[in-house]
Amino acid sequence: MKKVYMDYAATTPVKKEVLDEMMPYYTTHFGNPSSIHSFGRETRKAVDQARDRIAKTLGTKSDEIFFTGGGTESDNWAIKGVAYALKNKGNHIITTKVEHHAVLHTCQHLEKEGFEVTYLEVDEYGLINLEDLKKAIKDETILITIMYANNEIGTVQPIKEIGKIAKDNKIIFHSDAVQAYGSFPINVDELGLDLVSISAHKIYGPKGIGALYARRGTKIFPMIHGGAQERRRRAGTENIAGIVGFGKAAELANENIEAHNKKIITLRDQLINTLMEKIPYSKLNGHPTKRLPGNANISFEFIEGEALLLSLDMVGIAGSSGSACTSGSLDPSHVLMAIGLSHEIAHGSLRLTVGDFTTTEEVDYVIEQLPKIVDRLRQMSPLYEGVKGGNNNV
Amino acid sequence: MYSDKVMDHFTNPRNVGEINNADAVGQVGNAKCGDIMKMYLKIEDDVIVDVRFKTFGCGSAIATSSMATELIKGKTVKEALNLTNKAVAEALDGLPPVKMHCSVLAEQAVKAAIYEYAKENDLYFEELEGFDPDDDHDHHDDIQEEY
Repeated sequence: MKKVYMDYAATTPVKKEVLDEMMPYYTTHFGNPSSIHSFGRETRKAVDQARDRIAKTLGTKSDEIFFTGGGTESDNWAIKGVAYALKNKGNHIITTKVEHHAVLHTCQHLEKEGFEVTYLEVDEYGLINLEDLKKAIKDETILITIMYANNEIGTVQPIKEIGKIAKDNKIIFHSDAVQAYGSFPINVDELGLDLVSISAHKIYGPKGIGALYARRGTKIFPMIHGGAQERRRRAGTENIAGIVGFGKAAELANENIEAHNKKIITLRDQLINTLMEKIPYSKLNGHPTKRLPGNANISFEFIEGEALLLSLDMVGIAGSSGSACTSGSLDPSHVLMAIGLSHEIAHGSLRLTVGDFTTTEEVDYVIEQLPKIVDRLRQMSPLYEGVKGGNNNV
Repeated sequence: MYSDKVMDHFTNPRNVGEINNADAVGQVGNAKCGDIMKMYLKIEDDVIVDVRFKTFGCGSAIATSSMATELIKGKTVKEALNLTNKAVAEALDGLPPVKMHCSVLAEQAVKAAIYEYAKENDLYFEELEGFDPDDDHDHHDDIQEEY
């Protein structure tokens, strides 16, 4: 059976040139970089090189890049690290309602510890209002943490403007850029970012490795105590092969971002436009233009997302959904709720994310299969009775 | 995560559709929770001679509806009232714990249809004692304690 992967926002395959660079670090170059001998020096050099490569992609210096176990750890560290370091200065954190759970649940945890968190509302496209942000700031505000681009609906926040507001108010600005990294050129100085979370497995690198950019002088507590690795900020023997792979993947992802995006956006728009045209009662979620190059998120009325995913899987298509039934929780995705979708529309959401290995043929295949699947499920749905044949998109 | 039987009933659901001159129609669930089941029954001489369903919901909601229709077709009304959610789940070779509520919904859909039938025909069934088809209680919660 044909297999079409359209879940690049969940994770990506490791590119061959990335894996090729990683492999020797599992076998022949296995030394502990903390060791003084030649084995250790060899891997130390590899870690340094990877750090340099990543620093370059963010327009910053190597000593501001700290390797972590992934995006979630970076988010946890950035938020708790600042909160604990600055708790004598203030206890207020500003974030949004559409953050990844790595940020939301960390903030909720801090609330239990006595911190106060403002969750900014978003508009129907998932964008925050800069005036709301300004109004939320108070003397006790120590951190603003707002994602660069949303993992579900792809909406890109006005990071540069947020950075300016943070700077004007002398507040540390963290951004979860896990989805955006590799899709947009990120210069931390131009954007006014103090802390940035990134991850390798979203950019064709290995899983289990990420990084936190921390501007020099940013007060942040270490979360993992132990040895002197990562300049005493993140202890533990380095995941050398992972770090090497991340460095290579970062370099590849940031080469020619524009030309690369052009190709991905063409595929995405072909998918969105044709599906919206072919399937009545469908709605695009997220901003029409301010969105991740590879993200298509569409709600199909009268049907439920998990049934849709199962049906797609049976014809070899891999996607994802914000339906409650796919998460094990009872409510649909908090992001779809925050943009004001009703429960039934949110339950029928489908996220398809295209990437470097997506072909026009694959997009065509999805366009051929999906309308049939939606129709089959609608024919079974009691909600569809009496609206058949309608053709007005909501 | 689903058994082959669940996938079979999801892919090829039995008895999908409506019955125009149904003797009873019952609907349970709500869109907010993400699942609605509608059950149509044709009853002759106290026997369910035909049954159809329509479901808005996940794969297991569709599969449990399908299985419930198979289990009650040809049965007497009283037999159908004794259909339990466990029987539906077992007939499907089990459901993941978070999906057990779908089998509850299937049992309730059958009961809701027969409730209507009893009301129309002025019949009494002790199995329907305390049953309220409009009870919008969260059926998801019923099952929490089971895992």
